[in-house]
This record gives sequence, C-alpha cells and structure tokens, in this order.
Amino acid sequence: MSILHDDDYILAADRRPLSALYSRNARAVIERGFRVIKSQNWIVLVSGFFEPVFYLLSMGIGLGQLVGSVQGPNGAPISYAAYIAPALLAVSAMNGAIYDSTWNIFFKMHFGKLYQSMLYTSLGPFDIAVGEIFMALFRGFLYALGFTGVMAVMGLITTPWALLLVPASVMVAFGFASFGMAITSYMKTFQQMDIITFVMLPMFLFSATFYPLTVYPEPVQWLVQALPLWHGVELMREISTGAFSLVTLLHLLYYVVMVLVGLAFTTRRLRALFLR
Amino acid sequence: MTEGRLLRAQAPEVSAAKARRWGSLYFMEHMLRSMRAYVVTIIVTSIGNPLLYLFSMGVGLASIVDRSPSAHFAGVGYLAFAAPALLVSSSVMTCANEMMFPVMDGFKWRRIYYGPHVTPLVPGQLAAGHVMAVGIRLLVQCTVFYLIMLGFGATLSPTSWLIVPVGVLAGMAFGTPLMAYAARIDKENFQFSMIQRFIVMPLFLFSGTFYPLGTMPQAMQWIGWISPLWHGNQLGRLVTIGPTEPVWLVAVHVVYLAALGTFGMVWARHNYARRMDA
Amino acid sequence: MVASVRPEGAPVISAQDLVKTYGDVNAVDGISFAIPAGESFGLLGPNGAGKSTTMRMIGGVSQRTAGQLNIMGLDPEQQGPEVRAHLGVVPQQDNLDEELRVRENLIIYGRYFGLSRSYLSQRADELLEFAQLQDKAKARVDSLSGGMKRRLTIARSLINDPKILLLDEPTTGLDPQARHVLWDRLFRLKEQGVTLVLTTHYMDEAEQLCDRLIVVDKGRIMAEGSPAQLIRKHSSREVLELRFGTDRNVAVAERLDGTGDRIEVLPDRVLVYSDNGEESLEAIRGRGFHPITSLVRRASLEDVFLRLTGRSLVD
Repeated sequence: MSILHDDDYILAADRRPLSALYSRNARAVIERGFRVIKSQNWIVLVSGFFEPVFYLLSMGIGLGQLVGSVQGPNGAPISYAAYIAPALLAVSAMNGAIYDSTWNIFFKMHFGKLYQSMLYTSLGPFDIAVGEIFMALFRGFLYALGFTGVMAVMGLITTPWALLLVPASVMVAFGFASFGMAITSYMKTFQQMDIITFVMLPMFLFSATFYPLTVYPEPVQWLVQALPLWHGVELMREISTGAFSLVTLLHLLYYVVMVLVGLAFTTRRLRALFLR
Repeated sequence: MTEGRLLRAQAPEVSAAKARRWGSLYFMEHMLRSMRAYVVTIIVTSIGNPLLYLFSMGVGLASIVDRSPSAHFAGVGYLAFAAPALLVSSSVMTCANEMMFPVMDGFKWRRIYYGPHVTPLVPGQLAAGHVMAVGIRLLVQCTVFYLIMLGFGATLSPTSWLIVPVGVLAGMAFGTPLMAYAARIDKENFQFSMIQRFIVMPLFLFSGTFYPLGTMPQAMQWIGWISPLWHGNQLGRLVTIGPTEPVWLVAVHVVYLAALGTFGMVWARHNYARRMDA
Repeated sequence: MVASVRPEGAPVISAQDLVKTYGDVNAVDGISFAIPAGESFGLLGPNGAGKSTTMRMIGGVSQRTAGQLNIMGLDPEQQGPEVRAHLGVVPQQDNLDEELRVRENLIIYGRYFGLSRSYLSQRADELLEFAQLQDKAKARVDSLSGGMKRRLTIARSLINDPKILLLDEPTTGLDPQARHVLWDRLFRLKEQGVTLVLTTHYMDEAEQLCDRLIVVDKGRIMAEGSPAQLIRKHSSREVLELRFGTDRNVAVAERLDGTGDRIEVLPDRVLVYSDNGEESLEAIRGRGFHPITSLVRRASLEDVFLRLTGRSLVD
C-alpha cells in the first residue's frame, strides 16, 4: 500500500436519485444469501416446504373423506383436497414472505447484528432491502415448485394452467414481502413482533382457506374480501382449475398495487429501519 | 449498611433446610416473574386463540362438515367434536414452546439457571420449578379456553370442567420429555424449528384433532397411537362429550400420558444435574 | 458525478454542533471537532458518553438530530455509500457473519464495496496473514476465540484499503499481549497516512495511539488537546495515592491541606496532586499520618477526566 497524501482524501459526490440509500449493489447481498444457503444444512432449507404438505395430507385426505366434494371456482364440484391445495399454497407464500421480511430481518438486526456490518460498507439500506426481498422470493419460488409437484403427484392438477401457480405464488409472496420490512421498522421489541402473529393467524383462518366465504354473514364477507390473503387464495384457486374471469384480473391487480405501495412504503421507512 | 440496627440473614443451616424443602417453589416464582415480560402475549393468545379456532374450525368448518352425509362424530356436531381437541392441542403447543427456547435461555443465552445454581438450590429443583411455572401458565390458558368453550355451547357433559386438568396433563406429557431433550443441547442449530416442523406440527395435524383417527389411512394411524396429543384428545372428548370408548382404552390414555410425563420429569432432572454439576 | 468540494489542506472530517437525541435523552449534545488528514484522533470518555453514537453518525448509519458533518467534502447522510466506500469500521461489538466461514467473511464483506473477486481473493489472504488467522480460513466464526474474532473484525475493516479507519473501543476485552499486537498494526497504518479515529475508555490506549483527543462526557466535549497538553493543563505531574482505611479517608484528607496542589477523595483512597509525590508523602508523614498503602505515579488522562467531571472513567 502506497503512502496516502492530503490530495488522496478527495471524494466525488453521486447525484443519482436515492444515492444516499442505494449503491446499485444488491447483488452482493444476494451473493451472501446464496453462500449461506450453500453452506447451511439442506434440511433447514427444505423443511419450510413440508408445512403446507402436512396440512394438505391431513386436511385434504383425512377431512376430505368426511367432507366429500365441494363447489369449485367454476361451479363444478371438486375434491376437498383440490379445493384447499391452492389455498394452502397461497398461505404458505404469505407465511414465508412475512417471516423472511419481519422476524428474519428483526433477528438479523437486533441479534445477529448483520446489517450493522453491511451498513458500514458502501451498501445502502435499499441494497439490503432489495437483496433480502429477492432471497425471500427465491425461497418462496422453491417451495411453490415443490408444492405444485406434490399436487401433481396427488392427482390434484387437471389443467396445464396450473403451472402458473408457481409465478402466482411468487407474486403473492412479493406482495407481503414488500410490506414486511416497512412494518418491522415500527417494531422495537419481541412483544411488538408478536402483533404480527396476531394479525396473520386470523387472516389464515378466515380467508376461505378451508371453506367457502359464503358461510359468513355478508358484512364479514366484505371484510375478508378486503384482506390480501383472500385475493391470493382465490387467485390460486382460479389458476388451479383454469377458471379465469375478470375477477382473476382484479385479484392480480390487487397484488400489483400491493407491491407498488409496499415498496414505496418500505423505501420511505428504510432510514427508520436501518439508520437509527 | 452499618447504620442503625444490624440486619442479619437467617442462619445458613436454616437457609439450607428451607431450600431443600421449598427450593422448587422459589424457582417457580422466579420463572413466573420472568413470564411477566410477555404477559400481554400470554393474555392475548389465551383469549384470542380459542375464539379464532372455535369460530373458524368449530363454526366455519362445521358448516360444510355437518351437512356432509358421510360425517358423523359420535353423534355430536362438529363443534362439540373439535373443541376439546383444539383445547388440548393449544395446551400441547404452548407447552412445547415453553420447553424449548426458554430452557436454552436458562442454560446458554441469558443463563438464568446459573444464578440460582450457586445458591442452596440444586439443578433438579430448577427443572421442577420451571415445570411448575409452565404448569400454572397452562392451567390459566386451559381454564380460559374452557370458559370460552362454554360460551360457544361446545360442551355436552357435566364433567366437562375436567378438560382443564386433561389439557395440562397432555401438555406436560409432551413438554417434559422435550425439556429433558432441550437440556442436552449445547448449540441450537435449528433443532427447535425442526422439532416444531417435523414433530409438533404433524402431531397437531395427524392426532385425530379435526376428524377421528380411524378416518386416516391405516398406514398413518400409528402416529396417533404414539402421540400424547391423540390420547389427550380422546380423554378430552370423554369428559366433554361422554363415554364412547371401552374402559381399557380410557385407562391406556391416562396411563400413557402419566407415564410419559413422569418419564420426562425424571429424565429432565437427570439431564439438568448432569449439565450443571458436571 | 461532481467533484468534491473539499479544499486542499482542509480537515477530512469536520463536525459542527452535532446533536443526537433518542426520545428525550441527548446522547450527543453539541459536539464540534475537525480532523486533518493522517491524524490519529481519539474520543475519550466513560461508557454512555456518546462516543459510539458520534462514530455512527460519521459513518452515516445514524441520522443526526442537528448539526453539520462533513467527511472529505461530503455529508455522510446524503452520500452514505460514497463516504463509506472510503471508511473502514471496527464496531464496539464484533458483528461477524456467523453463517459464513472466516475467509468468506472477508470476501463477502468486500463484495459489499463492489470489489472484484480476483482482488478480494488476494486481499483476503493478505489480511488473514495480517490477523494471524491463515490456518483458520475455513473455520466457523463461532469457533474463534474473542481475540481472534476481534482481529478478524479489524482485518475485515481493511478490505477496501480505507483512508479513514473508525475504531470503536478496539481493544476492549483483549489480553495485554493481543492489545500490543493490535497497537502495532494500527501504528503501521498510521505510518501509511491512514486517518485513525478511535474511541476508548482506556487512558493508556489514548496516550499510546492518539495525536490529539477530545474528552467527552454526557454528550459534551470537556477538553481538547494532545494527551501531554491535557495532562499538563488539568493535572500536576505526579499523583500520590494513599489509603488510610475506609472509615478514615475523609477525616484525614481534611487535614492534608498544603501537602499538594490539590486533594481528591475517592471512596477507597485519597489522591494528592503534586509535582513531587515523594516530597508530599514526607510532608504528610511529618504531620503524623501514616497511610496503610502509598503509591507515587505519573499523572494520566484518568486524572484529567476526574478533574473535569468529578468522576472516574471506569465505574
């Protein structure tokens, strides 16, 4: 290393928009993510795939025997397993994305102190956010691929449209992941993080995952329809049977808007989240 | 310190004798106090979970299950069938959580076991005190769940209040062996999430919680037979619905749960002593 | 891209009236300083004085509540990535990536600066040697000892050949030998013209490493200067430490007037500030007081701090 002189201490400013938060190097964060995946125990990575599969086996096969067939999205009766499978995929996409963008971020921030070290490099918070969301979506993609395969093996796939379950699942995950970090930026303690669970559990239980929305009184139906998971569940169900309509577009649009609003929200909260 | 009258602790022999006798309770108090950190979560989940599950499963799901001709649950509606099992499941899952990370916390992270360890308390008392504190939490949780069940009209038998001790018993039958195992772990490399995903979750789903065990394919019914949750579920239904099983099977449920809980407690005391006195 | 606005010879870091408030606590309460290129600058103060917060603001990873900050002509809050590209940072607590191996920690950290793989591969090996961790390259981070982790953190901070090195309590928790190894490495960097900014609550470290320092307490600057200047200005040359027993220290101290420039009573001992400690001790014995223990030592920054704040550095 040569000896530094006074005129070596000169810096050029960068006038790109967002240059205070973003150094166009999210790929370095992604590279770290893949290295961790490579060196971590594969069972840990794979384990996330099993939860929806267990649900499908238990509810689809066991409960399905008792329930028999139910009305599918296009009016024709379908098996109970075929009815809940796409919904479980949507739930799993939501859970994975929310976990990765809330608890995972919270842990790395407060316990692993990982982001403290990243932020002292030329990375900005936006690089970290983009990299982490990408990794969350990558995991979601893997699980969706696996789950769709299980559906195929169980004979629950009857149309080639069902291949779209994988990208749709990533879209649902993106919708939730784009919001997760912004929400985490308001959380200071474990106890506050529990609030996330209090919101997620009812959404899971009431979003027409295991039975049609029509069992509820009308006002409750309206409420459920305003929530994102219901749109994900319906979107997946329509894709799995190839029963598309204008409403399908509405569900998609819901997620497009959710992603855009979520990303804008998260970008606004980056300073509060990372630069305390 | 030196002003006024001289404050003196009781004689060491007295402390030793008291600790020998009541030490577990002293540590139970410690653990209960440390639960105050998440008392809001405890209260909200104790009230929220029964409401959510009874509404969504007991009422929502029931609306499509009860109208199906093939479904019959010992002649009662789906709500009455599922509710006791949901109570027992929630107790087992809470106990599982309380016996994994908090135990690791005691040995490794915040090392809360090591403070009392240099007082007259012995490791076995720490295990027992921790179990008792969790038992109290389960007792509260199961009682609240039971009251909410009453509100839903989900109980059919005058003995239904017995679901509370059944819930605590089932929770402990699963929780104490887990505690003993957690006490053996030196480094937490995702073992707990693996247990959560490959033991707790499958037990919840395959232990006859949502439908009778006999509905599952023959090849999977063994899961229920070894699962403390299934035995707890069946006992729960016995006390809230009424007898549907032969007496010998009821005896199997009780003996199995009691044996598992006792074995877990003995093993946990052993592991605590081995780890802390080594 | 526009050229830097820093004129030649101007300080590389300058802070004007920095304030950082958390809730209603002023962690940093109006601090100003300027650091020229190549200087080794220290922030000395007890835990909680606001040193680490100041460091975090310099790195642009904590938003200041008020004040101006200029690093090589740029505001780190507006140009965080650009500023940090030239910084090396050693945080108070090691924050190594436990999910990666030792060498990977260096490589991936370098990738955050957008450095090329071929450069990093070479540089990582050099730095492992610098940190004496060559044979730990493939080890897990959690298998390293405390001293090894610290050395790895310091090696990591050098991955981008920083021009400014921020060191937050660099040797806390290290054994004496490891500290001297580390001081040696820091001297070498200083010789190469690297600007060092370090916080410490060890006065010997400050005396060894710093050209100039500020004494910080409760978020404010109490004094500024070189270690020697500060000692000269705020203390006598020597200090006589006396113990008369817990019950007697206060009573005896009241009767020692005139045996030194100044008397300071601590809970466990009495300090007599004087240019000649031995002479003072003779005078005290002459008055008929016989301490249980006595010690004459050279005055240190600890004494400066005690003088300025009435408290000792390490509680």
